[in-house]
Amino acid sequence: MTREFVHRQASHCESGAISGLLAHHGLPLSEAMVFGLSSALSFAYLPIVKINGLPLVAYRMPPRFIIKGLQKPLQLKMRFETFRDPASGERRLNELLAAGEVVGMQTSVFWLPYMPQDLRFHFNAHNVLACGRDPQSGDYRLSDPVVEELVNCPAPDLLRARFAKGVLAPKGLLYYPVNRPQAPDWARALPAAMRKTTRIMLDSPLPVIGVGGIRWLARAIERLDADRQAEHARMFVGQVVRMQEEIGTGGAGFRFIYAAFLQESADLLGKPVFGELAERLIDIGDEWREFALATARMIRGRDPLRPALLAARLRALADRETKFFRDLRQAL
Amino acid sequence: MRDDEVPQEGNATLGGQRKAVYARAADGRLHLVSSAGWEVEEIVTRQAVDEFQKLAEAARQRVLAGESSALEFHMYRMRMDLPLLAQATGLWQWRVRRHLRPAVFARLSAGLRCRYAEALGMAPEQLERLP
Repeated sequence: MTREFVHRQASHCESGAISGLLAHHGLPLSEAMVFGLSSALSFAYLPIVKINGLPLVAYRMPPRFIIKGLQKPLQLKMRFETFRDPASGERRLNELLAAGEVVGMQTSVFWLPYMPQDLRFHFNAHNVLACGRDPQSGDYRLSDPVVEELVNCPAPDLLRARFAKGVLAPKGLLYYPVNRPQAPDWARALPAAMRKTTRIMLDSPLPVIGVGGIRWLARAIERLDADRQAEHARMFVGQVVRMQEEIGTGGAGFRFIYAAFLQESADLLGKPVFGELAERLIDIGDEWREFALATARMIRGRDPLRPALLAARLRALADRETKFFRDLRQAL
Repeated sequence: MRDDEVPQEGNATLGGQRKAVYARAADGRLHLVSSAGWEVEEIVTRQAVDEFQKLAEAARQRVLAGESSALEFHMYRMRMDLPLLAQATGLWQWRVRRHLRPAVFARLSAGLRCRYAEALGMAPEQLERLP
């Protein structure tokens, strides 16, 4: 396999990385299709998992969910390798690259020097593809899905990023396909993937996952003390928006990307109803953007900090999403 | 979000890079559009960056006053907190907390110094200095 790898910018790292790997192995699927087909859309408010002392809010399923979820519908076999020590992890990467392989890697954003300084936080689940090495400098050629062009990364920095410690430590994870992926049976795979998403959003036994999670978050925000602990309240609501934005999907918390998947599904299945549902999801995404805007204005002090108003917006979103996913289930 | 609504006001935290976001074209189809950044995003990213800067600055004052070791300053400078530094070094949190005391930090073994330096991505001899 010595074909030239084609880099395309995506809006999310994991779906973008997999979409790039699949295209390289002869199965061009869009980022949105990869995202929807693996049922990656979600909502989770996890007050126990703290990031810098603030609870985790996620708008999608956990890292590696997309890669794993695609193996069955695409009859894809992925190989995952982690390493006990950095030296062997580096050696293995060089071997694979020398053999002409394009390799997916889990990295920490903080140690990647080409990332903008202000975005370099200790987030350990950033997906990047390695597609070669500069023979003179020894720098790696990386296809980072959220960056416009291919980038170079010095070997010591990449090694550090691959072996960062902490929550979701990558342990040098490398992944690559070992067979040729097949286009799925759309008529079966698409409804199955959508059904799974409706289950995640509507039927979760845990109250903090799915639309119920949005309501839990609303309650937590309502309880913030905007008078005596204004600074903490601002940090808390800022975190909610950061998770919605981070390595952005246009501010809609992955709702737009899922809408793009529904549009593609409408064409593939010849069912216009998914196109209509996509329209509604775009509106919901726009409402998430309005929530983000209202929050940012309060953080900056352009509007007075009123947690109750933000909670009301979240409850309205929870109601709309509940109705949306029920109708999606009906349409299957 | 329509194509013409994609924010292009710029976002200083992107350092001049542009990102790809989904927007609806005139024909109603979603596609990727390049965005120079959204102010909302800049506000919330800056909030997190500023918080670490504030913590680092407060730590610097404590170090100068002899109330804390330089380790605390470097921890926040590298955008870490106590749980994260403990995980990155493989030490218990109570040990790391103890090493934030100037007297304990001054007696730190060379091995532990190396471990902290490695986790923070700096040379061991820089560890006790403030920049």
